[in-house]
Amino acid sequence: MVVSPTIEQIREWLDEVKDPEIPVLSLIDLGVITQINLSDHEVRVEMTPTFVGCPAMDYMQREVIECLQRRGIDQPVVEINFREAWSSDKISEKGKAALKKYGLAPPPDNSLFTDLEILERAQCPRCGGDNTELKSPFGPTLCRAIYYCHSCREAFEQFKPV
Amino acid sequence: MNTAALKELLYKMADDQLILGHRNSEWTGFGPLLEEDIAFSSMAQDKVGQSYALYQLLHALGEQAPDTVAFTRNAPQFHNCQFVELPNEEYDFSLIRHFLFDTAEAVRFDMLTQSRYEPLAQLAKKIRGELRYHTLHANTWIRQLGSATEESISRLQAALDKAFPFALGIFEPSPFEDQLIEEQLFAGEQALRLRWLERVQTILAETSLHLPDVTLTTPEFGGRNGHHTEHLQPLLDEMSAVFRIDPTAEW
Ligand SMILES: [Zn+2]
Repeated sequence: MVVSPTIEQIREWLDEVKDPEIPVLSLIDLGVITQINLSDHEVRVEMTPTFVGCPAMDYMQREVIECLQRRGIDQPVVEINFREAWSSDKISEKGKAALKKYGLAPPPDNSLFTDLEILERAQCPRCGGDNTELKSPFGPTLCRAIYYCHSCREAFEQFKPV
Repeated sequence: MNTAALKELLYKMADDQLILGHRNSEWTGFGPLLEEDIAFSSMAQDKVGQSYALYQLLHALGEQAPDTVAFTRNAPQFHNCQFVELPNEEYDFSLIRHFLFDTAEAVRFDMLTQSRYEPLAQLAKKIRGELRYHTLHANTWIRQLGSATEESISRLQAALDKAFPFALGIFEPSPFEDQLIEEQLFAGEQALRLRWLERVQTILAETSLHLPDVTLTTPEFGGRNGHHTEHLQPLLDEMSAVFRIDPTAEW
């Protein structure tokens, strides 16, 4: 290791790495960075996938490694595990606001999600109303569901609670 | 820890996910509705991803790398139940299989969140959350089509009658059943089957469908020991074609 950054610095650097499927969301906002550890000779970052089958995970891991290398960390260790499993509650408030602006309804609180009835409605990111209907719990990517807004007469997508 | 027992458990689960994931992906482009097309494709992606994570647990226990394990074995080395390898047929059969299998899978991973093997318990918690969407999807369609028209009911009933002995094959006892239970790695196929039956019956009770009599049905066992129907090998050949031509290819 050439430079010796603080954990806070590393978090700031990683805030520049974006989710390839939702480019307004950083990996920090998304909540997939679960641990940052520093020791004399090592920067160690732990990540966890949003979905077990998330095809972007390898890509995100490479991006994190490259981001750290650009900042002078020679051999960062970036490990993917399920020690601290991801849930949609890990998305930061800043991240939720960014999702909404991007036109994607942010996930509702996952702890409320005991039954699937909570999925039947979502707040439309366009008009803010909830005269909406779940069309399919499966959208164009694993993390999205498809809704229809009766007020706007248009479909929209929601980041699913998991 | 009894590693042989754990490996046997992981292999059969991973193989189930991989093979059914592949079957689900065959609906891509052929679903009866665009939403169903997307749903089966998404569930395929989930299942294949979950199988990969399970093969990685096996890799950590000394087995070969996930790609090698997934793409270089032949049918007799696969431990999936026969149920998942059966062809998709019409949508009614695929839907019934999706309902029966995914309900069992959801219960299995729920039980595994209690496993004493920590990496498996961690992964199970994650997978359990994802499977809620699979069972939601299955239950919604079973409720709707299972009480819709005379035709939809009779078609689903015929599919259910045909699928049921194979569904019971999911619970073929492992040679390590006692050790798994004793070491609290997994509470066992018998316990799983009981909870599965209860959930399946709860949903079916809201429809005009009837579950065949369990006591009168002979389960289709054998898959867990590498005895498969003629449908598995062609699926494996197709699935591994790219890997066999070029093991380093990325796609
Ligand atoms: Zn709207």
